Amino acid sequence: MKPVAFEYERPRTIDAALDLLGAESNSKILAGGQTLGPMLNLRLVQPGLLIDITRIPELVSVSDEGDALKIGACVTHAAIEDARVEDHSNGYLRRVASGIAYRAVRTRGTLGGSLSHADPAADWLSALLVLKAELEITGLDGSRRVVLKNFVRGAMETDLSPRELLIAVHVPRSEKTARHGYYKICRKTGEFADAIGAVSFDPGSGAFCMVAAGGSEQPVTFESPENLFSQGDPLDPDSFDMPMAMDALREAGIEADNYELQIRAVAMSRAMQDAMSP
Amino acid sequence: MKKDGIGARLIRKEDDRYMRGRGQFVGDIKPAGMQDAAFVRSPVAHASIRAIKFPDALKGHVFSLADLKGVQPITAVSGLPGFKRSSQPVLADKKVRHVGEMIAMCIAPSRAEAEDMVAQVEVEFDELPAVYDMLKARDAETALVHEEWGDNIFLETLVDDDMKAVEKTAAVKVTREFNTSRQCMCPIEGRGVVAEWDSRLEQLTVHSSTQMPHIVRSGLAECLDLDHGAIRVIAPDVGGGFGFKGILLPEEVCLSWAAMHLGHPVRWLEDRRENLTASANCREHHYVVTAYADNEGKLLGLDAEATVDSGAYSAYPFSACLEAAQVASILPGVYDFPHYRCHTFSASTNKPPILPYRGVARTGVCFAMELMIDAVARELGMEPTDVRMKNLVQPEQMPFDNITNKHFDSGDYPEALRRAIEAIDLKAIRKRQKKTEHDGRKVGVGFAVYCEQAAHGTSIYAGWGIPMVPGHEQANMRLTPDGGLEIRIGAHSHGQGHETTMSQVAHEILGIAHDKIKLVHGDTAYTPYSTGTWGSRCMVMSGGAVAEACDQLAERAKAIAAKMLQCKPKEVSLKDGRAIGPNGELTIEEIAYIWYRKPQDLPADVNPSGLEVIAGYKPDRDSGTFSYAAHAALTAVDTLTGEVEILDYVVVEDGGVLVNPMIVDGQLYGGAAQGIGTALYEEMPFDTEAQPLASTLSDYLLPGPTEVPSMRLFHMETPSPYTRFGVKGIAEGGAIAPPAAITNAINDALAPLGVELTISPVTPRRIVEAIASADTKKVAAA
Repeated sequence: MKPVAFEYERPRTIDAALDLLGAESNSKILAGGQTLGPMLNLRLVQPGLLIDITRIPELVSVSDEGDALKIGACVTHAAIEDARVEDHSNGYLRRVASGIAYRAVRTRGTLGGSLSHADPAADWLSALLVLKAELEITGLDGSRRVVLKNFVRGAMETDLSPRELLIAVHVPRSEKTARHGYYKICRKTGEFADAIGAVSFDPGSGAFCMVAAGGSEQPVTFESPENLFSQGDPLDPDSFDMPMAMDALREAGIEADNYELQIRAVAMSRAMQDAMSP
Repeated sequence: MKKDGIGARLIRKEDDRYMRGRGQFVGDIKPAGMQDAAFVRSPVAHASIRAIKFPDALKGHVFSLADLKGVQPITAVSGLPGFKRSSQPVLADKKVRHVGEMIAMCIAPSRAEAEDMVAQVEVEFDELPAVYDMLKARDAETALVHEEWGDNIFLETLVDDDMKAVEKTAAVKVTREFNTSRQCMCPIEGRGVVAEWDSRLEQLTVHSSTQMPHIVRSGLAECLDLDHGAIRVIAPDVGGGFGFKGILLPEEVCLSWAAMHLGHPVRWLEDRRENLTASANCREHHYVVTAYADNEGKLLGLDAEATVDSGAYSAYPFSACLEAAQVASILPGVYDFPHYRCHTFSASTNKPPILPYRGVARTGVCFAMELMIDAVARELGMEPTDVRMKNLVQPEQMPFDNITNKHFDSGDYPEALRRAIEAIDLKAIRKRQKKTEHDGRKVGVGFAVYCEQAAHGTSIYAGWGIPMVPGHEQANMRLTPDGGLEIRIGAHSHGQGHETTMSQVAHEILGIAHDKIKLVHGDTAYTPYSTGTWGSRCMVMSGGAVAEACDQLAERAKAIAAKMLQCKPKEVSLKDGRAIGPNGELTIEEIAYIWYRKPQDLPADVNPSGLEVIAGYKPDRDSGTFSYAAHAALTAVDTLTGEVEILDYVVVEDGGVLVNPMIVDGQLYGGAAQGIGTALYEEMPFDTEAQPLASTLSDYLLPGPTEVPSMRLFHMETPSPYTRFGVKGIAEGGAIAPPAAITNAINDALAPLGVELTISPVTPRRIVEAIASADTKKVAAA
C-alpha cells in the first residue's frame, strides 16, 4: 500500500495553483488528504502531480459577507469545531463539525476537500444542503458560483472540472428563529455514516428543508414537509411519519432495501427531534 | 506472597520502553543494503495459472516458484485418522486456491518500487468455480480445492452416542442453527520479516514478528533443507499476535530464499490489506445443535453437527483440524450431562487458511452452547441462570473428568456464576424490564460461562500428531558475576509481559531485586528450544521452568554460602537476596563473586556446573489447567436502528493463583474487547466467487475505545493442584465469552418481540431484519 511516484507542489496563491493545474493534466488537488491519502496508498488514484492548496492564505480565511459567511475551502473541520470560525447558524456548523470522524481527521480534513469529494456518507454535504450553501469556484476559464445542490451530480461526482478549484463556501446567515437538526447513524464512532438526516426549519417563516443520505447514492432533498409528517406540520416532530418517509425516499428514486430505508427514515426523524429540542 | 513476587501488581518492566516509543519491532530493523519485497497476489479465488509474464527489465527482480529451486512447500499433516494431506506451496504452483495467495515475489530498493513491479506482472488464469461456502463445500457436486482428495473435507470426526433413549424421555427438545462469521486477526503490528545471510557464520538470520521463533526455525529448516544450526530466528518486540503470529508464513520462506540467493538483506512488512484479505482469517463455524432436557432444565443430552471453514491450506504447525477437532471435545463446556454426540467437518474452501485466534475453537463453541442454554430456558419458561446452575459441574466433583474426558483440575463454577448474577444485579434488571425505558430502547441481560483448557502438553498433542508436540519447557538461568540474574526462555512475549512475570517468579524464590533480573527471549541463538507462546501456556510452562531453575540455582548458591558461613547447606536459607546461616549471612552478589572471581574460596565438592542452570518442567499432569469465568452483559437495543449499547459488563474469573493480577486484568480487558468485536462488529464477508469484501479497516470494523465499555472484573483464585504455585493459563478467556453473553443479552431484550439471533456478529442490519421478520410472522399468524 504505497502510492505511485508523483510530484508534489505547494503553491502560495490561487493563480499559481491554477497554473499548475493547467500544466499537468494528471494532477490531483490535495486539500487535507484525509480521503485522498488512503486512495493514493491503495493506488485508486495515480496522479503525476499533487497540488497542495492548504497553504494558500485566501483559502484558509473566513469573512462575514453580511447575509452569508464565506468560509475558505481549506478551513479545517477542527477550526469550525473549536469556534475559530464565526457561527451564523445558531451553533449548527460547530455541532456538525464536532461529529466528523475523529479529532485527528478533523485537524487536517477541510470543508472544501470534503465537498469536492462528494461522498454521500460524509457530513458536510448533507449538513450544508439544508442551509442552501453556495460554492465559489475559480478556474482556468473563469470564476463562477453554484448552489451546492447543483454542484453534486451523484455519489462522488461533482460539477467541478479538472481545470477548476473550489475556493470558498458561502453559508447563508440563519434567521434567529431557524432550527437546524442533524443526526447520523454509523456502526462506530468515527466511521462514515450508514444514514444521515439533516433538517432546517424556521417556525417563523415556515421555511423547511430536509436531507436524507446514506449508502452510495446522492443525498435526497425534501423542500416541503408534506410527504413526511402525518399532519404535514414539522412543528410537532413526533408527527414525523417513518412509513411515509420511506415511501417518499422510494419515490425519490432511492434503490435501497428496507433496512437501509428504515435507518434513513430514523435519521430524518431524529434530526427533526434534534432541531426542535429545547 | 512476597512484596514483589507471586501475586504482586508490579508495573510492567517492558512498559518503560513501550510507553516512550523505544520498542524495537521488525519494522525498526534496517540492515545495510536491505531491499523490500512486495508480492503479486491472486485476484481470483480458484484458477489454474496459464502464464506469468513480466517485462524483461524486471528479470532478476521478480521471482516465481520456478525460481525457488529446491524449496519445499509448507506441510502440516495431522495424525488424526482420516486427515487428508495437502501442502501449501510458498508461491503458487500452477494453481491458486484463494484470493491473496502469493504468485510472485518482487524485490526492489523500496516497497513502493516493489509495488510498481507488482503492477507490471501479468498473470493469465483459467478460472475455476470457487468454493465459497463451507456447507456447499461438503456437497458432492462442488468444485474441488484439492482435486486429489475427491472431496473438500480435511477431516471428519465423530463422537458417537445413542440418543434414542434420551429422545423418548426428554421433556423438551430444542434445536438451533448457529453461525460465527469469518474474522480477521488485527494485531496493531502486522507480520513482518527481515532476512539476511551472514556469510561469516554461514547462517541465515531471520527477524520475524512471531510468537514461536523455534518453530519457525524448524519450519524454515524443513522448507529450505537447511540444518537448524544454519538458521537463527529472532523475534524482537512483537506488537500483538493472538495466534496469527503462531504460524509459519510462506512469506518467511520466500524472504529467506531471497536473502540466501540475492546477496543482500530483504524485508517484507505486511500491510493491512494483505493482513485482511490474504492471511489472518479465523473463527468461521457452523453448528446445528439439539439439546434434550427434563422439565426442570436438567440437560439429558446434546447432539451436534459442527462444520468449520478451514480454508484452502493446512497451516503450520497447528494444521487444518485445529478448530473442528477441538469443537467436538470442548462443546459440552462447563456442564455435566449424560449423553453426547458430535459430528464435525473441517471443510476446505477457496479462502485463506483458518488460523488459531485467541480462544481458538472455544469462542464459537461457547457461543453455540451458551445460546443453547438460553434457548432451553426460554422453551421451559425458566431463568437462564437457573438452567445453568442445574447443569454446571459442582465444586465437590473436582477434579472432574467430563463426558469427553477433559480433566477439569479445580474450581467452583456455580460460585463464579452466583457472583456474576449478583454483580450485574439480575433482580434489579428483571424489575427494570417491566418498565418502558425513557428512550424506548429494550434492555436485556445475558450470561455465559466457559472453561478454558490451557498449557496442555504432550499427552494431548501427541494424539493429534501435528508437526509440533510440546514436551518439557526449559529455562536457562545464570547468576552473573555481579549477582544479577539472566533468565533465558524459548517462549516469546507478544504483549504478555513475560519480562515482568518471569522476574516475579524468580524474585519469589531467590529474592533478587527486579532491576537485577533480565529476561532474554525471542532469539533461537540464546534460548532453549520451545514450541513458543500459544495456548495460554507460558505462565504455567515457562514460569514452572524458571521456578525449577531457581530452585536448582538456590541449592548451588547455598552450598557455596555454607562454606563461608561454616554451616551445612541445608542450614542456609535465601531471603531478600541474602543467604542466611546460623552464624551469619552473605549476599547473592558475594556468592556470585566467589564462584567467578575467588574460586579458591569454593567448597571442595562444589558443583562444577557453577551458577548456570538449565532446568526443564512439566506439570504433574499435563492435560491442562482449566481456568473459567462467568461473564454477564447488560445491553440496550435500539429496535429501530438495530444499534446495541453495552450498559454494563461483568467478568468473574478464576485463573488459579495470579502471578500479576494487574497483567491478568489487562489480558481480560483486551480479550473482552476482542470478544466484543466478535459479538458486534468483526466480519470478513465473501461473495459467491470467494472474494473477500472487506479490504480496509473502514470495511472490517474493530471496536474502538468508544465501543468498549468500562468492565467490572472480579477474581477468584482456586489453585491448580498440578502446577507450580497453582497457576493456570488465563490469557485467552476474555475473548471467549463476550459473543455469547452479549448475544444472550440482546435475545433477552428482544424476546418479547419474538426475536432470537443465532449469528455473530449481531449487526444492526441483522437485528432490524430479525425484528421485521418476526413482525411478518406475527401478521401471518394473525
